[in-house]
Amino acid sequence: MAKAVKIILAGEGGQGVQSVAEIIAEAANEEGREALYIPNFGVEQRGGVSVAYLQIGDRPIGSPKFLKADIVIALSDRAVYRTLKYVGPETVFVYDAGIKGVEDVIPKSARKVLAIPALQVANEELNPRVFNVIIMGAVVRATEVVSQDRAKDAIEKKLGYKFEKNPELRDLNFKAIDRGAELVTGLV
Amino acid sequence: MSLQLAMPKSWRVDTKPHKFCPGCGHGLVLKALGQAIDELGIQDRTVYGCDIGCSLLSWDFFNFDSIQTHHGRTTPVITGLKRANPNLIGIAYMGDGGGYAIGSQHLVNAASRNEKITVILVNNTQYGMTGGQMAPTTMPGQKTETSPYGRDPEKTGYPTQGPEMVAAVTREGAYVARGTVSNPRQLRGFIKKALENQIQGRGFSFVEVLSTCPTNWRTNAEETWKFVEKEMTRYFKVGEIKVPEPRHEEGK
Amino acid sequence: MPEKPIKGEKRYFMTGNEVVAYAALAAGADIMYGYPITPQNEIMHYWTRLAPRYGKDFLQTEDELSAGFTTVGGVLAGKKSFTATAGPGNTLMQEPVSMAEAMRLPIVVVIQQRGGPSTATVIYSQQEVTMTTIGGNGEGFRIVYSTATHQELFDYTIKAFNAAWKYRFPTFVLGDGYQAKMRESLTMYDPEEKGIPIVPSEPYVGKPGVPGVDRPPGQYRNTYNVEEELYEVVENLARDFNAIAPEVAEYESLEAGRSDLVVVSHGVISRAVKEAVSELREAGASVGYFRPVTLRPLAEKELRDAANKAKAMLLVESANGQMARLIKDAAYGCKAEMIPLYKPGMGITAEEVAAKIRSILG
Ligand SMILES: Cc1ncc(C[n+]2csc(CCOP(=O)(O)OP(=O)(O)O)c2C)c(N)n1
Ligand code: SF4
Ligand SMILES: [Mg+2]
Repeated sequence: MAKAVKIILAGEGGQGVQSVAEIIAEAANEEGREALYIPNFGVEQRGGVSVAYLQIGDRPIGSPKFLKADIVIALSDRAVYRTLKYVGPETVFVYDAGIKGVEDVIPKSARKVLAIPALQVANEELNPRVFNVIIMGAVVRATEVVSQDRAKDAIEKKLGYKFEKNPELRDLNFKAIDRGAELVTGLV
Repeated sequence: MSLQLAMPKSWRVDTKPHKFCPGCGHGLVLKALGQAIDELGIQDRTVYGCDIGCSLLSWDFFNFDSIQTHHGRTTPVITGLKRANPNLIGIAYMGDGGGYAIGSQHLVNAASRNEKITVILVNNTQYGMTGGQMAPTTMPGQKTETSPYGRDPEKTGYPTQGPEMVAAVTREGAYVARGTVSNPRQLRGFIKKALENQIQGRGFSFVEVLSTCPTNWRTNAEETWKFVEKEMTRYFKVGEIKVPEPRHEEGK
Repeated sequence: MPEKPIKGEKRYFMTGNEVVAYAALAAGADIMYGYPITPQNEIMHYWTRLAPRYGKDFLQTEDELSAGFTTVGGVLAGKKSFTATAGPGNTLMQEPVSMAEAMRLPIVVVIQQRGGPSTATVIYSQQEVTMTTIGGNGEGFRIVYSTATHQELFDYTIKAFNAAWKYRFPTFVLGDGYQAKMRESLTMYDPEEKGIPIVPSEPYVGKPGVPGVDRPPGQYRNTYNVEEELYEVVENLARDFNAIAPEVAEYESLEAGRSDLVVVSHGVISRAVKEAVSELREAGASVGYFRPVTLRPLAEKELRDAANKAKAMLLVESANGQMARLIKDAAYGCKAEMIPLYKPGMGITAEEVAAKIRSILG
């Protein structure tokens, strides 16, 4: 049986990487898969980079943290630096195309390096508030740990009460999942 | 545009910007402390001890010799140091949890013995570093992580009156005051007097500071200031609580 | 007021701290005493939210000495009482635990280990093994369950209350910061519906009747006049503890008696070890594992058996040999060579364990 997929999501405090990791983990759990999610915490976190460690597989998962990730998603320049140590020859490294001046620090040995314009899509096409949902769509498509529909169900479960009051929000979030997925389709 | 005031001379420039959250009161207290030390010119013989709490983030804040101690144990560490080398100026910097809960026996006993040290205690009505649990200073009705339905004074008592307690157990020679980050000039004055009291070898000196924790209070800037200025002062009276008699020599 | 927090069996996905709060409710805990410390804070946070709904109580104390001694007081009053702490808080907890040990008081203490010494990290370690198993100025007459998964956190928290009240020794659930903060799935249940009886509690003091008239007074001491007196007390404690040990001790093993190399680990690290060992066995390596679930008392007979049949034991832990000291002591004189893999305060992955196994087996 295949090994668990190891995912690192890293960003600044307000970017919502922890909720993305949590929602994906819950979605995988709902599908009956094994999921383990742990945030970084500690004194360092105060004003530091927020890192989420997520593993999804079909067998009981080993250690909660890991040395090398299958995919790293870094959403700020500090997050890029913070996550370099998780990059190995098998790692797909994804970062936001809006982050400048980091091309040279990302290890050339990574299996693949992808700059995706998630921030731009959020700001120009959708809404800055769904930036992390776009990221979620990208992660889900790139890793196929859960289906896109499952991801939408999970969002519905989390934010359903808001969608009831404002159905446009549902469309916006679902569109964000789809757009996020498109950003990596065929690239990984 | 507001004018960016110069940093106190005794601050370590290379560790700035500091590590406290935006809007945190700790930075304001440490600014007042830095200015008081600059004015007294005692940077060379000050030893600064910080507790475990958000105060721990200040272990490299100043250009003084500094020790990060254990949660609640800064008072005895500085006491021991001062006893062993009375030429040093010993400052114990701590939170309300560190000072009034786990470290309260040390505070009471150091005060009773009239130890010649200066304790500065930051009252932000809860445990900041551990994510906002109830502290001895939590206000009646205030919601925290361990009083999720609001502090019930029937079950957990009323906010600790720290300076009043310290004033009650100290003898003549002690200096006790309560300042607030909303009045930095007055706060600097209190801290300076507390340090002078130690320099003159007269007795224990203690300053509690009403401070802010917007992170755990979950307040915006306006609500934060309102809480310190309006809510906290309902229980915690700002001012000098115990001032030593002027010395006879001072008149000469 | 709803009587039972959990009815039927249901799968949940939550953090370990939340699991502990629910398990304590399921186990019939009456009151929690506690002092904030990372990474156990959320046990208190969940407990303070849930407890009033089920008529349960909470007291936040001024420190861990007080949290431990109030827990002792709760037990004396006949209530199922517990506390939770970590790191420097565990250090302070050793004084009340030592009183509980001397007087056979069934307090339950949940430890979520963090880095040491001193304040160190608030994150993770397995460095509280020595302190939790044999800390204090005593002989370590305690029961210590070291959990590895959220399911075990639930199962063994319930078991800890039962074991404490059945055997009347202080009982620990030894978790760690990773288990505290991570989310994974588990199935929660009502123990009685599952046929796990709940051992009742009983007051030590304040029983009905006039002491000295209707019943003997309940009087408990921990101070003795002469060496002989104390010696007898400790001998009795040791005898009772040794007598229950075979019944209490739990372990898990895979081909430990039939492999050249046996990997020994406990708690969360055993997850990585299992993964590494299973993988290498599939590839034909002669390797097994042994995992003590109770660190105190240890499953000595089974451990010695494995240590006599294997050529070597690889001792893996997130500490500088704290579990190893327990293992080496129990396996004294056995044939297996003892090889360390220590990473104090750091997690250890299956890949690292597998690499070490390969290097040993050549
Ligand atoms: C013995 C011990 N118990 C608990 C802790 C955990 N702890 C660290 S900081 C802290 C509370 C800090 O609150 P306070 O003293 O009010 O300072 P603040 O962070 O609010 O400035 C606690 C309980 C510890 N480090 N050591
Ligand atoms: S948590 Fe509160 S006390 Fe601590 S640094 Fe942030 S604002 Fe200041
Ligand atoms: Mg505080």
